[in-house]
Amino acid sequence: MTYYVSRRPNQGIDWLLIGLVVTLMVIGVLAVFSSGAADGHFRLLDLTQMHGRQLLWMLVSLVVAGVIVLVDSKVYTVFAYAVYGVMMVLLLLVFVFGVTVRGDTNWLVLGPVRMQPSEFAKFATALALAKLMGSQNFNIRSLRQQLLALAILGLPAVLVLLQGDAGSAIVFASYALVMYRFGLSAGYLLAVVLLVALSLLTVVMDPTLLVLILFALGALVLIAVRKNRALLLTGAVALLLSVGYVFASGYVFEHMLEPHQQDRIRVLLGQEAAARDADYNVRQSKIAIGSGGFWGKGFLNGTLTRYNFVPEQSTDFIFCTIGEEFGFWGSTLLLLLFLALILRILFIAQRQRSRFSMIYAYCVASVLFFHLFINIGMTIGLMPVIGIPLPFISYGGSSLLSFTILVFILVKLDGDRLAILR
Amino acid sequence: MTDVFQNRRYVIQYVVVAVVIVYVLRLFQLQVLSKNYQQLARNNVLREVTVFAPRGLIYDRKGKLIVDNQNEYDLWVVPSQVQAFDTAAFCSLIGISDSLLRLTLKKAAAYSRFKPSLLLKGISVEKYAAIQEELYLFPGFFGQVRTVRAYPHQGAAHLLGYIGEVSQSQIEQGGGYYRMGDYIGISGLEQFYENELRGRKGSRFVLVDVHNREQGAFAGGSFDTAAIPGYNLLTTLDMDLQLYGELLMKNKVGSIVAIEPATGEVLALVSSPAYDPSLLTGMERTRHFRQLASDSLRPLFVRPLKAAYPPGSTFKPAVALAAMQLGSITPRTGYSCAGAYSVGSLSVACHHAGYVADVQTAIQYSCNSYFCHIFRKTIDDSRFNQTAEGLDQWKKVMDALGIGRRTGIDLPNEGYGYVPGSDYYDKIYGKKRWNSVTIVSLGIGQGELGMTPLQMANLMAAIANGGYWITPHVVRSVQESGTGKPIKTARHIVDLDTNHLSVIREGLFRVVEAGTGRGVRIPGITLAGKTGTAENPHGRDHSLFVGFAPLHQPRIAIAVVVENAGWGASYAAPIASLMVEKYLTDTISHTRKYLEQRMLEANLLP
Ligand SMILES: [Zn+2]
Repeated sequence: MTYYVSRRPNQGIDWLLIGLVVTLMVIGVLAVFSSGAADGHFRLLDLTQMHGRQLLWMLVSLVVAGVIVLVDSKVYTVFAYAVYGVMMVLLLLVFVFGVTVRGDTNWLVLGPVRMQPSEFAKFATALALAKLMGSQNFNIRSLRQQLLALAILGLPAVLVLLQGDAGSAIVFASYALVMYRFGLSAGYLLAVVLLVALSLLTVVMDPTLLVLILFALGALVLIAVRKNRALLLTGAVALLLSVGYVFASGYVFEHMLEPHQQDRIRVLLGQEAAARDADYNVRQSKIAIGSGGFWGKGFLNGTLTRYNFVPEQSTDFIFCTIGEEFGFWGSTLLLLLFLALILRILFIAQRQRSRFSMIYAYCVASVLFFHLFINIGMTIGLMPVIGIPLPFISYGGSSLLSFTILVFILVKLDGDRLAILR
Repeated sequence: MTDVFQNRRYVIQYVVVAVVIVYVLRLFQLQVLSKNYQQLARNNVLREVTVFAPRGLIYDRKGKLIVDNQNEYDLWVVPSQVQAFDTAAFCSLIGISDSLLRLTLKKAAAYSRFKPSLLLKGISVEKYAAIQEELYLFPGFFGQVRTVRAYPHQGAAHLLGYIGEVSQSQIEQGGGYYRMGDYIGISGLEQFYENELRGRKGSRFVLVDVHNREQGAFAGGSFDTAAIPGYNLLTTLDMDLQLYGELLMKNKVGSIVAIEPATGEVLALVSSPAYDPSLLTGMERTRHFRQLASDSLRPLFVRPLKAAYPPGSTFKPAVALAAMQLGSITPRTGYSCAGAYSVGSLSVACHHAGYVADVQTAIQYSCNSYFCHIFRKTIDDSRFNQTAEGLDQWKKVMDALGIGRRTGIDLPNEGYGYVPGSDYYDKIYGKKRWNSVTIVSLGIGQGELGMTPLQMANLMAAIANGGYWITPHVVRSVQESGTGKPIKTARHIVDLDTNHLSVIREGLFRVVEAGTGRGVRIPGITLAGKTGTAENPHGRDHSLFVGFAPLHQPRIAIAVVVENAGWGASYAAPIASLMVEKYLTDTISHTRKYLEQRMLEANLLP
């Protein structure tokens, strides 16, 4: 065992990164407390309350973080695929032993502990991807390797999607950014972004408006790449294909089907209620955030969020509480904290000597960025409603623990960057 | 380590920074620039809860309450709050089938998980009391009270009308007053006096959470406004007479309209078949409405206002009045009847034969020949350039008598009836291709004429009054917090010679004393009237009677139409006489009990 225990764990630790993460965690506990506490008496470790459980999870996460730092960083590289394999098995187990909580059948119950394997699949996938792309003979331009990478991302995405958690499934698309960073042609990334965006937007947006926006963006892109013939051509074709895609899906739905058939399909897909409730959530969320004004209403004074005006407000819509109680300055500060965190990770990524560590760091940055981008975007009405948590802030043990593991593996890898020359 | 894609690190950094900048700008827009959201936020915490105003009550002319209010409950469900529950127990508690419950819950969930959906409406207070006791076992379900109509008497449904939920177009036209689910008057007085009856909704400001759970009143209720109850209507209806009329018309199709001539006040307005007004309240409202709407006898059709019949012989007084008014005859004009009126190939039969000395006698015996003669004489009068002009002048007199036009009664959708003018016949036959012979049947109330029972009664009121009629109306005053605001009514002066009118009145009196209506004489009451038979191309003729009583200082003018009942003397006249006797003496004399019995028992339904 001694082999796997780090000899000098304190060495090279990036305290700024840890400081940012712990700050966010504390903000998270306070926000969860505020959004859940209508009566307002505060007992720190009250496990019947959400904030108490969140605090407990925070402590658990920090202990796990300590363990991660104590373990030799070699473990993560050596066992990357094994960890990935275990997580995939857990994901499969959900299909057999899964428990439904708030409409999603993606929980596993182990005694008193409930967990969502879909959350833990994120860091496992990051490890596996880093392992694959970090190997000496990996060539991003080879189709075979591309397919392998795609399989690593696709397997958990599909499993999570089959559990009915489309939001978490989309998260795996964020790793496309990592592949782009390490040489995947920009066209692929663009294609991924476009496909994800279009499938989301056709559901929630007026097709005509969507086509107009597509043309505007397309024109900008085409002007930007006007000197490169090949890109220009590819861009134009992509634009036409996407417009065609929007029209085709919209047209079939709107014109080839009778209104009652459309309704039936919407109801069948659960879209009718989902769309109306999503609309409702976003409206309430915007009201709550908007009502904060510049200075906010003050901690525990958010009348809207305290009276449960925003559904899911302690989980996916936690940002509302901050927006309402701390106003523009508080929300901006939180955004800047996240910006600092992501930029710090990108900075750390660049100083890695091992390819594995560098790729892993980019994975961490991409996942965090994607969550921030979607989650806050949805609460302020710029993104469609996709149920994914705000890292370190949203209520939920699985996500808090999984993000902690995700980041602290990086902390460890970074700490050992000088010791190990691989 | 070689990093050939070094520049891409900057691309990624730029993207992250750009997104954060966009989001900060968006937050600035939401939180600092836009004032809307701060206002909306206040609306949301302080939800304005509507307090429904009780509708005004309706009383009859003797102060009897005829339309009352009662509470009923609607049951709502919020799908996200519903927990697993014993569906069988729930179904038996609220009295719906399991499949209906499942369907409704499915629909509610498809509508919204967080917003309440209506599960069941119109639950009576008694039933809700039982439900409420156990409702705590079923989280997610809650009841909401609202006021609906209650009817102490099972009558006058057509006149009172009913209320129902506002339609989308009514919401749009309501000037912002109505919201989805509000009640509005749909027919009868409820519709006509909607603005007076509805009152003014109030509002309470409560702190509520998204699950509709009230968190308490805002600022101790100091911002609340109380609902203002609707104004009460004091009507002119005599509910006893109305109910008696409905009883007499049971198992018959037709109408009774009774008016107080001096005031234009409607005493009774019977439309048969009638229905119990309380059928259109409560849980089964929709089902009852569908049943009534699909009934082949059309019980929802307001016959006294909308059904137009050829008036037959009851029209003869109007023909005589017009002839005298236009100067074509005098009250003393005589005519020799040969048992039929024949011109060329046309022949109108007459039940009577012999010399008719004057207008009075002509009315008494309802001589067809006489009225054909004077009608032609009127419109062919040499003072008019041509028959067309004569007819149009004649039509003007009819209009003054309230025939072929709306009387302006305070009830919705009044019919016009129909009096043809020259343009009508020009269209059918061509200009100058018709003459007085072509249209002679107008003289005996047949042909292209249509009169509503209301117009018939109103004509009698005008004759009884001696030359004027007052817009028939059902509401005497609107009670605004104790003070009665009288309804404005127009007095229509018909420019008739009083001498002509007394001739007509005397003729009508003789009809009952010694003419076609002598079977319905009422001891001690001078009833004047005219029987009539409306030709019905679709079946048996309609039985008609119009009249007023007493002869001097008349207190009631009446018109009775009994569809498919044959002669006027057979049903309409007896029913009218019973109504008059009941109204004037409050009882039926024992010598006429047999007549009452016969009328009550008669079943003329097809
Ligand atoms: Zn005769």
